[in-house]
Amino acid sequence: MAYVPLADQDSEMEMHHPHSWVTKYVWSQDHKVIAIQYGGLAIAVGVVALVLSLLMRMQLGFPETFDLIDPSSYYQSVTMHGMIMVVYMLTALLLGGFGNYLIPLMCGARDMVFPFLNMLSVWVYALSVIILMASFFVDGGPTGAGWTLYPPQTAMAGTPGHDMGIVLMLLSLAVFIVAFTMGGLNYVTTILQYRCRGLTMMRLPLTVWGIFIATILGLFAFPALLVSAIMMLFDMLLGTSFFMPAVIESGTPLDHNGGSPILFQHLFWFFGHPEVYIVALPAFGLVSDVLSTHARKNIFGYRMMVWAIIAIGGLSFIVWAHHMYVSGMNPYFGFFFATTTLIIAVPTALKVYNWVLTLWEGDIRLNAPMYFAIGFIFTFIHGGLTGLFLGNVVIDLPLSDTYFVVAHFHMVMGVSPVLVIFAALYHWYPKVTGRMFHEGMAKAHFWCTFLGTYAIYLPMHYLGFLGVPRRYYAMGSTDFIPESAQDLNVTITYAALFVGAAQLLFFINIFWSLRNGEKAGPNPWGSASLEWQTPDTPPVHGNWGDELPTVYRWAYDYSVPGAHEDFIPQNVPESVEPTADEQHFDPDHDTSKADV
Amino acid sequence: MSEAAISGAGTMPGSSTLVDDWSADKQAYHVPWGKAMMWIFLVSDTFIFTCFLTGYLHVRLTTTEPWPLQSEIFALSFGGDPIPLILIAIMTFILITSSGTMALAVNFGYRRDKAKTFWFMVATAAFGASFVGMQAFEWSKLILEEGVRPWGNPFGAAQFGSIFFMITGFHGLHVTAGVIYLLTVAFKVKKGHYDKKGYEIVEIAGLYWHFVDLVWVFIFAFFYLL
Repeated sequence: MAYVPLADQDSEMEMHHPHSWVTKYVWSQDHKVIAIQYGGLAIAVGVVALVLSLLMRMQLGFPETFDLIDPSSYYQSVTMHGMIMVVYMLTALLLGGFGNYLIPLMCGARDMVFPFLNMLSVWVYALSVIILMASFFVDGGPTGAGWTLYPPQTAMAGTPGHDMGIVLMLLSLAVFIVAFTMGGLNYVTTILQYRCRGLTMMRLPLTVWGIFIATILGLFAFPALLVSAIMMLFDMLLGTSFFMPAVIESGTPLDHNGGSPILFQHLFWFFGHPEVYIVALPAFGLVSDVLSTHARKNIFGYRMMVWAIIAIGGLSFIVWAHHMYVSGMNPYFGFFFATTTLIIAVPTALKVYNWVLTLWEGDIRLNAPMYFAIGFIFTFIHGGLTGLFLGNVVIDLPLSDTYFVVAHFHMVMGVSPVLVIFAALYHWYPKVTGRMFHEGMAKAHFWCTFLGTYAIYLPMHYLGFLGVPRRYYAMGSTDFIPESAQDLNVTITYAALFVGAAQLLFFINIFWSLRNGEKAGPNPWGSASLEWQTPDTPPVHGNWGDELPTVYRWAYDYSVPGAHEDFIPQNVPESVEPTADEQHFDPDHDTSKADV
Repeated sequence: MSEAAISGAGTMPGSSTLVDDWSADKQAYHVPWGKAMMWIFLVSDTFIFTCFLTGYLHVRLTTTEPWPLQSEIFALSFGGDPIPLILIAIMTFILITSSGTMALAVNFGYRRDKAKTFWFMVATAAFGASFVGMQAFEWSKLILEEGVRPWGNPFGAAQFGSIFFMITGFHGLHVTAGVIYLLTVAFKVKKGHYDKKGYEIVEIAGLYWHFVDLVWVFIFAFFYLL
């Protein structure tokens, strides 16, 4: 088969140019509009989850003060906060939002390979959000079983939302997975098959690598959640007993017998652990690009970074049972899963070292995105180190289900990805809108968020060491919890309210700057990667005008000795500017095309 | 210069082209986008069925009541003694035959023989539809005559019925979707819709169809035989 450079394959791409307002902004097939739809909706549900977390904090800080929060609504808040943040906010925003916006632009493509499927993806996602939100308005409210939805507790009469709430939750998850699959297939195929000339896999920005591997993880992990959702829906609606053992509730046996709750835990965590990396890997990628750009220095150890992403992705499938040490399992399994869990620390630490070494002797520009990116390194190291504690069986057992766990996962997969998301939103805001945000407001937003999250989560580690259990509505008078724990809870609540309010700075900033921000120009940060080289800012439908770009170098040619500027865009030929790219691959003189 | 020569001596034949494909600035696979996407989807779908089957095996181990004897439940008698698994055997045979007709359709598609492609695709879809029909017959027999329900059955562990309806139902949905997909493509082939684009779409539909057949083999082995 003769070699056909991808750029010349435009015939396979069917562009549907929008003709009306509706096809341009509502039923749009343009990846950039879809990205904004995905991102906007994800941020909106994220705000709902944020408000729920503040309700929880008010109850914990000032128990018996607010009539509004009873035990049921507290558990419902816990559940919905967790599920929304993990699945509907982080996953949707990082893959649906940033994935959609950046993949085609960074790959030098006109759009995703199947724009129609992409459009379906965002609207099915919207449907899943509607179903989820509907559970707030049904009898009994949303489910209060905790975001892990462990049976048999989900179905017991004592759990709020045990009838309609849980059904809507499972249904919404199933619909979300359909949406994710349609989007995810597009992302993977686009990255594999629709890169522009000269753009080898090893020249892709790390953002694309992170999203690529995360999407593959999603395509392999979400099936387990889909299957467990279907089986639990059967248990709830048809009276089957997949996950329900024989249970006696208030003296009467339930109509279930012989099911296995542990099976659900295995299926759930076979999804649940890769899910952590579905969120983390895109964040790793985004932060690498932000750090490199604002440090005016190439990313340290690019190949190592790529292989670390792949290694983390692979390992994430064989660690899931470290969430189940207290469920009871063969000690050899515990040994196995503890070992694999700790091995993940190796590629992860490698990435952290590389980020720090990227900063080393860089010409660091302390712009707002850089603040957030550096803040991420702090919170991520912090959350990662507590992960080493919890990965060990003997240390996990006493710490399990305490606030130490809450502090750990909020640092590592709550705050860290959120800081990256803010870094990325500020970093790419000028490309998306064509205007600069307000730098001062963004930096104020950073300090409030960064210091505030430490004020929230650092004390939680101590609460955990004291043995304060998570998910408790009120501590009551318990001997082993000293009264001073309540002082910490009050402090945390004040900090949480403060951080929650500080997010207004972000929203004010992005909306105010839409009209009042300075004109940004095509490449305000002097970034080398392809998305900043579009002929129009913001990029128009089709992205690249008449001709697709050709790439001659990697995305990290910053401060190259002998170059005219401190960055060289990816589409500048090597004959014009030197390169620091180890891989000398020239699409104009590519020998592998010769006679294939 | 050949691709193998560029990647250097000492590498295994075959592996060099793979490495070349992935390290070049071209598509990672020399296939149309739709085909690459179908393959990725099928791998993802494999995980779904794997989860179903491992879930089934796990529940079969944990349930407290004895597992019913499939050979007795899935038996039909034509006048004489009941023949175990006869309907399932016929269904399996039909589905595997349909893979053969599908392969022929793909072949004729690449030869641009529209009429034969069309008819072999329709034959494949007809086999698929008859499979679903027989499944409907099997379901109705179990539900109406033998009193098997998702939540319980007269033969033993309730999970038997739950698993049966869930897994065969999910697979049946896949077959039904496949029949609709094949017919859609077949009629487009007939109209000459793909004359310009090429006939890879027939193979893409075929990939899906073979996958559905392959999954059935595993369901047959694990659920009906084990």
